[in-house]
Amino acid sequence: MKLPKNFLQIRRFCQYKPLLIELVSRDLKVKYRRSFLGYLWSLLNPLLMMTIMTVVFSYMFRFKIPNYPLYLICGQTLWSFFNESTTMAMSSVIVNGPLIRKVYIPKYIFPVSRVLSSFVTMSFSLAAILIVMLVTRVPLTWKLLLVPIPLVFLLLFCTGVGMALSALAVHFRDILHLYSVVVMAWMYLTPIFYPISALPEKVAFFIKFNPIYHYITFFREVVLYGTLPSAACWLGCAGYSVLALLVGALVFRKLQRNFILYL
Amino acid sequence: MENTDTIIDISNVTMRFNLAEQKTDTIKEYLVKLATGKLHFNEFFALRDVSFQIKRGEAVALIGKNGSGKSTLLKLVAGVLYPTMGSVTVNGSIAPLIELGAGFDPELTARENIYMNGAILGHNRAFMDRHFEQIVEFSELRDFIDVPLKNYSSGMVARLGFSLATIVKADILIVDEVLAVGDFRFREKCHRKIAELLEGGTTLLFVSHSAEQVKTLCPKAVWLDHGQMMAFGDTEEVFCLYENAYRG
Repeated sequence: MKLPKNFLQIRRFCQYKPLLIELVSRDLKVKYRRSFLGYLWSLLNPLLMMTIMTVVFSYMFRFKIPNYPLYLICGQTLWSFFNESTTMAMSSVIVNGPLIRKVYIPKYIFPVSRVLSSFVTMSFSLAAILIVMLVTRVPLTWKLLLVPIPLVFLLLFCTGVGMALSALAVHFRDILHLYSVVVMAWMYLTPIFYPISALPEKVAFFIKFNPIYHYITFFREVVLYGTLPSAACWLGCAGYSVLALLVGALVFRKLQRNFILYL
Repeated sequence: MENTDTIIDISNVTMRFNLAEQKTDTIKEYLVKLATGKLHFNEFFALRDVSFQIKRGEAVALIGKNGSGKSTLLKLVAGVLYPTMGSVTVNGSIAPLIELGAGFDPELTARENIYMNGAILGHNRAFMDRHFEQIVEFSELRDFIDVPLKNYSSGMVARLGFSLATIVKADILIVDEVLAVGDFRFREKCHRKIAELLEGGTTLLFVSHSAEQVKTLCPKAVWLDHGQMMAFGDTEEVFCLYENAYRG
């Protein structure tokens, strides 16, 4: 009895792949509709942000980081992907409430599509990183081929977090307000604009439990330093991705049956 | 044998809503209610122990007063709600006309919405490409096809919704009083379309307060009252019982 049901779920999963594609392309279409520069904003935004932050932080803190603009934009790009994708995924089920009340749709599709569309936007921003690399004359090594690895791990991590948040937000709307504060604290606990060596050793030890730290480190290793990440870094990235995905899927699965009663 | 198999099997379905629980929005409220033991307080039965079967190709009407559980039953069949007890088994694809244009995005144009909604109903792009012309043709909205939907009138949205939901030949058509929208001529057109689909072997589940509509479309009817099934059978007979109950 259990097996056919699971089989049916997998079949449904495949049946709704076109919807996933439609939802992602809708997000992208709506995002820059009516702006003159359109998708170019995905490129311009990180560059402008980087410029401002470089000016601000290099005058205020004077960290000894070689090629600070590239250091910054690497962390900034990954962080804003995490921030944007999870924040949008969080409200995705609530926003699509009217639809969920009327038509049967597998509900996981809403957080997942949101995270995916942020991922596509972030992929455009990678061009900005490439520009900074060329301008600052960073040597292009074969290790750049590893760039998709931390990004895909981060995508899985965000999907897990997004699913959990979207399910919880349906039951407790307070999360919508609380999360922005959590994200801000989280951002300061992530070495985006400062080096981890700037922290006291005790604090630095705790930072290593921050999942985002591992993704950013991996990314910087291959982009900025042209080195291979350590085994611990690989493990950290993979481990947190699997963990987040597992927890997210379980929470979502458990709560989704009652979504309709709370929407 | 094709005509005699059961397509919708509703067995001992009970649907209980917990009114108190639904209103718990914040953690504080939740904890307070948990502590005072009021969490499972106000129970409301939308359906009680309802059972019936619909065979492939049948047209069945649901009748009853407002709040008697008709829409809840439709939502159970559509897979939007899950029964508290009992089971709902559906063997076929469903075209829900529960609320037309449920999946429309006002920011997108009609053209984009057609593909979007097709995907919501589980169709891929190639399939929608093949049926796109028919949908536009039926809705008679060709001149407005590249206009964002937020600029449409509600009647135009309903036209698009109906055209979309019926163009694809689903096994089961669920219609919940959507035909009250649109102008007279388009309503006629919708009725003809439904009749046409019925001839093609589609199963229909229909909710309407118009006795005339029900009698012309559905040979069978289910009468619900306060979540209980009062009668199931020939439409004329069920209507007789129904009308007598409220007269006397």
